Amino acid sequence: MTEVVLELKNLTRRFGAFTAVDTLNLSVNAGEVFGLLGSNGAGKTTTIKMLTTLLPPSSGDACVAGSSVTTQPVGVRRAIGYVPQAVSVDGSLTGYENLLIFAKLYDLPHSEQKARIREALEFMGLAAEGGRMVGEYSGGMVRRLEIAQATLHRPRVLFLDEPTVGLDPIARDAVWKLLIDLRASHGTTLFFTTHYLEEAETHCDRMAIMHRGKIAALGTCKELEASLGAGRTLNDVFDHYAGSVLDSGGNFRAVAADRATAQRLG
Amino acid sequence: MTITFAHAFAGFVEKTFVITEFELRKLRHDFTELITRALQPALWLLIFGEVFSRSGAMHTGNLPYLDFIAPGILAQSVLFVAIFYGINVIWERDLGIVQKFLASPTPRAALVLGKGFSAGIRSLSQTVIVYGLSLLLGVKLDWSLLALGNVLVIVILAATLFSTFSLVIACIVKTRERFMGVGQVLTMPLFFASNAIYPTDIMPGWLRTVSHLNPLTYVVDALRTFMLTGSTSAFGLGLDYAVIVLTTIVLVGVGARLYPRLAT
Repeated sequence: MTEVVLELKNLTRRFGAFTAVDTLNLSVNAGEVFGLLGSNGAGKTTTIKMLTTLLPPSSGDACVAGSSVTTQPVGVRRAIGYVPQAVSVDGSLTGYENLLIFAKLYDLPHSEQKARIREALEFMGLAAEGGRMVGEYSGGMVRRLEIAQATLHRPRVLFLDEPTVGLDPIARDAVWKLLIDLRASHGTTLFFTTHYLEEAETHCDRMAIMHRGKIAALGTCKELEASLGAGRTLNDVFDHYAGSVLDSGGNFRAVAADRATAQRLG
Repeated sequence: MTITFAHAFAGFVEKTFVITEFELRKLRHDFTELITRALQPALWLLIFGEVFSRSGAMHTGNLPYLDFIAPGILAQSVLFVAIFYGINVIWERDLGIVQKFLASPTPRAALVLGKGFSAGIRSLSQTVIVYGLSLLLGVKLDWSLLALGNVLVIVILAATLFSTFSLVIACIVKTRERFMGVGQVLTMPLFFASNAIYPTDIMPGWLRTVSHLNPLTYVVDALRTFMLTGSTSAFGLGLDYAVIVLTTIVLVGVGARLYPRLAT
């Protein structure tokens, strides 16, 4: 029997007159790799922010690992890990210190902290780099450290906002290999947003395509392709449901942040 | 009920010190900041203090003018550094660090107070500088352990207070440009509408009223009482401490409410 670990119930977020996320309903099973696709400004990041309790919904609710984001945010925070799109480790500390602070904040037993950090560094291929300042890390190393930091407390659900933005193809593959290993060894549910269709195609169990705050399509890659008829690709599916990428926006701040992140990592 | 409260409070204190610890670890990797902090108090004491001391224009009762302003300059240098502390959280917001901390179960007030304390401990370097300069200039310092201990506590609290105020402003304005503007506008009035470099008795009535609403005035009064031999408090040390501690608590409360706005 599959357990539902993430359930969105009419989840909605408005900014003034603009509805960024519009009555989303969705269930994700434990251990699933779930991708949220859509063009800039479709509402992907706003959705993740609500699920990670960073932004209160205007209406509706979501249940994450048994806790409600509106009434039990601390329970949600204990159960999740979050890798924001922007760089979220501190360049003025070492890799080890970046992990140690989160080990302490998440109340990992004192006697286990060192071993868990060493294990996380090893898992992410950073065992030799733990003592170096993060300011000297490469983009791929920074992302791997961020994932190590977000999973140190073994969260039930890991949220990743554009986890591979700004990385070269080799670093991207390395990050994905680690994420899939993580799911295999700890059963972590992965919920991520991406622009890269081929990533969604290769790694997702299921995906949703968002357009103007709503879910335009939901299913496995095969189901979505078949829904348009034989011989169609995910590209066709995306064009069909999300429209042309050119007609939608994303605001100045979002674009500036994207490019800054890409520059820092790249 | 009391047990859960005590448990929550212990967790809050522990998390506050975790945040402080890691802010201070950053210093270990780069402590140039501690040196740049020394420059401003040196200029104020050696140039401004010396000139006004010679002019004899300031009537500071039974205290020589240099003795009078030494604690004022310590308070001022703590204020000037702390008031720009908030720029760090705007920087961390642009990076994504704030978001990650806010998605963790750490109490918001611990995130705010932990950063405040780290600013407090950083400002101890200015205390060392001002004491060193005061010694050179012949200021009659009180070296008793009680006095020194109180000076350290007041400096840490004052820097916590003003850096938390700065963080509150950062949460409201959210961008570096606006923050720098607001910071510039606030520092000078806080400094001049206080007893840091002249006694409040020589102020016009309205300004004296403003200075009595300014927490910096109570910081200076308490520092002056403990740093110098033969100086007595103008307001009473109980009131000084009460104003400093209560203002800090209120600001931490407001900061904890506003801090999540940085992630939106």
